[in-house]
Amino acid sequence: MDLGKAVGVMVELDVDVLLGMYEVQATIVAVDEQFRQRIARGQVSLVYYSPRGQECISAALGAHLRAEDYLVTTYRGLHDQIAKGIPLRELVAEYLGRIAGTCGGKGGPMHVTHAASGVMVTTGIVAGGLPIANGFGVAAVLDESDRVTVVCFGDGATNNGAFHEAVNLAAVWDLPVIFVCQNNQYGEHTPIGRSMRVPTVAERAGAYGIASARVDGNDPVAMWHEVGAAVDRAREGGGPTLIDALTYRFFGHILGEDLAYQPAAEREAAIAADPVLAFRARLMSEYEVAESVLGEVDRGVAAAVDDAFTFALASPEPDISSLYTDVVAEVTV
Amino acid sequence: MAVLSFAAAINSALDVALGADPDVFLLGEDISDPGGGVYNITKGLSTKYGEHRVRDTPISESAIIGAATGAALAGKRPVAEIMIMDFLGVCLDQLANHAAKLRYMTGGQTHVPLVVRMSAGAGVQFGAQHSELLEAWLIHTPGLKVVMPSTPAAAKGLLLSAIFDDDPVVFIEPTLLYFGGAKEEVPDGDVRIPLGQARIARKGSDVTLISYGLHVHTCLAAAAQLHEAGIDAEVIDLQTLEPLDTETVFTSVKKTRRAVVVHEAVGRAGFGAELSSQIHEALFNELVEPVRRLTGPNTPVPFAKSLETAFIPTAHAVTAAATQLCATNASWA
Repeated sequence: MDLGKAVGVMVELDVDVLLGMYEVQATIVAVDEQFRQRIARGQVSLVYYSPRGQECISAALGAHLRAEDYLVTTYRGLHDQIAKGIPLRELVAEYLGRIAGTCGGKGGPMHVTHAASGVMVTTGIVAGGLPIANGFGVAAVLDESDRVTVVCFGDGATNNGAFHEAVNLAAVWDLPVIFVCQNNQYGEHTPIGRSMRVPTVAERAGAYGIASARVDGNDPVAMWHEVGAAVDRAREGGGPTLIDALTYRFFGHILGEDLAYQPAAEREAAIAADPVLAFRARLMSEYEVAESVLGEVDRGVAAAVDDAFTFALASPEPDISSLYTDVVAEVTV
Repeated sequence: MAVLSFAAAINSALDVALGADPDVFLLGEDISDPGGGVYNITKGLSTKYGEHRVRDTPISESAIIGAATGAALAGKRPVAEIMIMDFLGVCLDQLANHAAKLRYMTGGQTHVPLVVRMSAGAGVQFGAQHSELLEAWLIHTPGLKVVMPSTPAAAKGLLLSAIFDDDPVVFIEPTLLYFGGAKEEVPDGDVRIPLGQARIARKGSDVTLISYGLHVHTCLAAAAQLHEAGIDAEVIDLQTLEPLDTETVFTSVKKTRRAVVVHEAVGRAGFGAELSSQIHEALFNELVEPVRRLTGPNTPVPFAKSLETAFIPTAHAVTAAATQLCATNASWA
């Protein structure tokens, strides 16, 4: 499915690509639903930053990135991790701190890595991932490979010094790095308008002389085109891109918090315009996908997600002996 | 063998590493020719290996350490320079939260073969923000290795080991050794000194003087003074602070039954406190007197020559402390 060449022209999207993006979105929704329900019932205990509402961005990334391309994401990273292809069983197990998890339970929800899928770093530090993403870009340049690196972060991160240092260095070195701002309008509890004077994140790219795009992050087709353009630019040596993808998070910063900082009407409107349900409807109306086809995708997703949770919950927590391993190359501390 | 200065020995190690392994590259502020860095340590290397492998950066320490970390995760062996140790303050998130923790957080899936070089120490009247020794910050961070050489041969051998080590290593270069350190014979080529191995800088039987970096020379000067007074001091150059060669320390202190730990960093919660505690825990019944610490005072480093000189531990102070320890007859204890 190498549609990366379709850059710059509004090509008709292959229905397989569209269905692939829908499947990723549906998977994110289903995994998120299980985590929230199980946390609410007290069945599992984890710190949880729901990505619900931001699925389309990840799905578009997943549609363009190869397994060997690198992804750096944040503690709100479940959707990115699924879209980049981490096997669901190991992913859910890591979120639950189980030995079968991608990191053997030592990372947890905020520190998921699955190197085989190219998910190299999940950071719990806002903006902490951006400087590291450049390093993957440098490695690709030194190796003369066409691997690209995507780093995801929120609008809040663009007020941190690490964002500015990293975007500037990527610009100066023409690195094949795509900076994807999942602009959900809030940095933790503070709305974006109270955190920055410029109207958009996208225009911050102008300060560093790199390409940028402001896009409706809830429109998978628009996202697919913008990500494709940025990926092609990076692969062809054209340097970095800042994508300002507008979206909204349905369940606040951290699950269970007091949402008083957010107007209820604003949140309810966003949930009413659920981008995944909207895409599902659009697939039927605009792309003439039969509901039975989507129903089949939904059933497959539900089975895979059930299987992943069954697998993860059956996995034990790591043995105490692993507390002391992996600090440095030697086993001892 | 060539007779090299401290600076030339570091340059030689970098040259050997760049020549031996295409994955090795350097990054930092002003490091390319014609200058080769503010202390000329990297002079000639960008001309020899190209500016893609000896990469100048903006004054962006977070971006430097982040790029080095990402490249290391991708299989490179970056050597990052942040010029002066106090600048850790503007990149500590990248070093302590990311480089140091990634092997652990990923359950050993990834590791960070990174070296961060920096000059450090008082004595050149750079004032409070360009003179500190902050090794205690680093030793307190699991996942980092910490090296501080005292001679040209040690600098070359330890730096080569650091570059080819699979974990992040902070390599601290005493600034005064750039200017005033003695030259010595340094092996040609890739001759390494293992990390985690202390060196007996002077054999003795009455008291053990323990230090690292510049103040190994302070201890050697004190040992010469003590010799005049009939006291035979053993001097241990730790070379690597983490991992720490406690075996060499304990063997010596078991023999002499007296120890003075000397460092320039402030004493409160400094490395000397840790080492002193370890000696007491291991050898309480062997000690004739409690371990003494001679350190910088609990103040910032001052500018005025009189104050700066008073800040730095002296051979006379070491001699006085050791003489006091030796005043207690071992047979009474």
